[in-house]
Amino acid sequence: MSKKELNKNLAQMLKGGVIMDVVDAEQAKIAEEAGACAVMALERVPADIRIDGGVARMSDPKMIKSIQEAVSIPVMAKVRIGHFVEAQILESIGIDYIDESEVLTPADMVNHVDKTKFEVPFVCGCRNLGEALRRVAEGASMIRTKGEAGTGNVVEAVTHQRQLMADIRKVQNATSEELFTLAKEFGAPIELIQYVHENGKLPVVNFAAGGIATPADAALMMQLGSEGVFVGSGIFKSGNPAKRARAIVLATTYYNDPAKLAELSENLGDAMSGIEMNDVDTKYAERGW
Amino acid sequence: MKIGILALQGGVIEHLRLVEAAGAEAKIVRYSQDLEDIDGIILPGGESTTISRILNRTNMMEDLRNRIIAGLPVWGTCAGMILLAKNLSNDDKVDGIKTMDITVRRNAYGTQIDSFNTLVNVPEVSENEIPLVFIRAPFIEETGKNVKVICEVNGHIVAARQDNMLVSSFHPELTSNTDFHKYFINMCK
Repeated sequence: MSKKELNKNLAQMLKGGVIMDVVDAEQAKIAEEAGACAVMALERVPADIRIDGGVARMSDPKMIKSIQEAVSIPVMAKVRIGHFVEAQILESIGIDYIDESEVLTPADMVNHVDKTKFEVPFVCGCRNLGEALRRVAEGASMIRTKGEAGTGNVVEAVTHQRQLMADIRKVQNATSEELFTLAKEFGAPIELIQYVHENGKLPVVNFAAGGIATPADAALMMQLGSEGVFVGSGIFKSGNPAKRARAIVLATTYYNDPAKLAELSENLGDAMSGIEMNDVDTKYAERGW
Repeated sequence: MKIGILALQGGVIEHLRLVEAAGAEAKIVRYSQDLEDIDGIILPGGESTTISRILNRTNMMEDLRNRIIAGLPVWGTCAGMILLAKNLSNDDKVDGIKTMDITVRRNAYGTQIDSFNTLVNVPEVSENEIPLVFIRAPFIEETGKNVKVICEVNGHIVAARQDNMLVSSFHPELTSNTDFHKYFINMCK
């Protein structure tokens, strides 16, 4: 079994869980206590990156290390699309998972990181099956639908998850000769298209991300076929982060139980206010090639 | 024969597939009432902090612990081993089931970079070599007198049994080898 296989295996162990964005050790501890299955260490949550503008880069390794010391769950961190040196740096400090993320400002407008050169696993974003399989071909061990980070608006997450599932069904139902044309159409390697045809799923675990702000949002993404969720700004930009984080963890487990979801949705305080899609200046989801 | 799989977080489907491949019925366990008609339960890999918190917050912890004390066969893989351990040597974050006389070290090998796999003979379980997959795995540092060591790798205890309780640091469910599942199903007879 290869390192690649072991890295896909770690993602399997994250399934049914919630991965939370945290900006310091204090938030990381709150996330772990709430039941997060991993944390994403970054200097600013996406909502603040939107407000601040400017170039968003990999976080200070010292800040990431302080989070690694604070928690026992896996720690992930983001690098810019195509910035393989940021990835080399994160690998050297023993990060558990790298997110090559459209939320940061891309470093390469044509290429992504060649993730096959790394021992450490990568998760990458996608809006559709073609994008997902291109990332897997480059070595990603886990996929997340992109949604629109930092908006508190789940609409794009739903769009991308539905698109991904529709694409998978299309490949599943195709004949063997049609698969070659679909590979061209999706811009994805034929071997991976054939895998999807035979198995009816991606070759790696798929989480939802980008705009999840409530227990109902998390359950919605699970019912649409995600295997777990990333919650970024939605927790620590809300009125009561600890309580909301706990509720989203339980909602991700009991996503098919409306009575339980009702109970979990009570008295959570203010959700992050959120942005309507027409008012979003920069769509992060459009970054990625 | 019906084997429950605790499905709060982690690698659930993988166990379900191998339980069925080993010839038993598999049942998803998400509520206390799901415990009522099973012959044994598997606690899968995942994050032990996450699973322990969900168990405690849904009040399933007490029901599960009582059933295990009453003799329900249980197999904890990776996170499941951590949940069953009475003592954790390097962690105070997991408030687990704590029924087995072992002391376990969490993330004992390091971060994901240190995850590994190997082929090992486990005579208690099978005549053939078994592929073992270790993902941010724990190992056992101390065992009580009623605990039987089943497997050691590089000088560390990675599988053990005490009466109705079986634990492994590794993940047989991530391979296609059903020997460990068959061994557990036999424990449930």
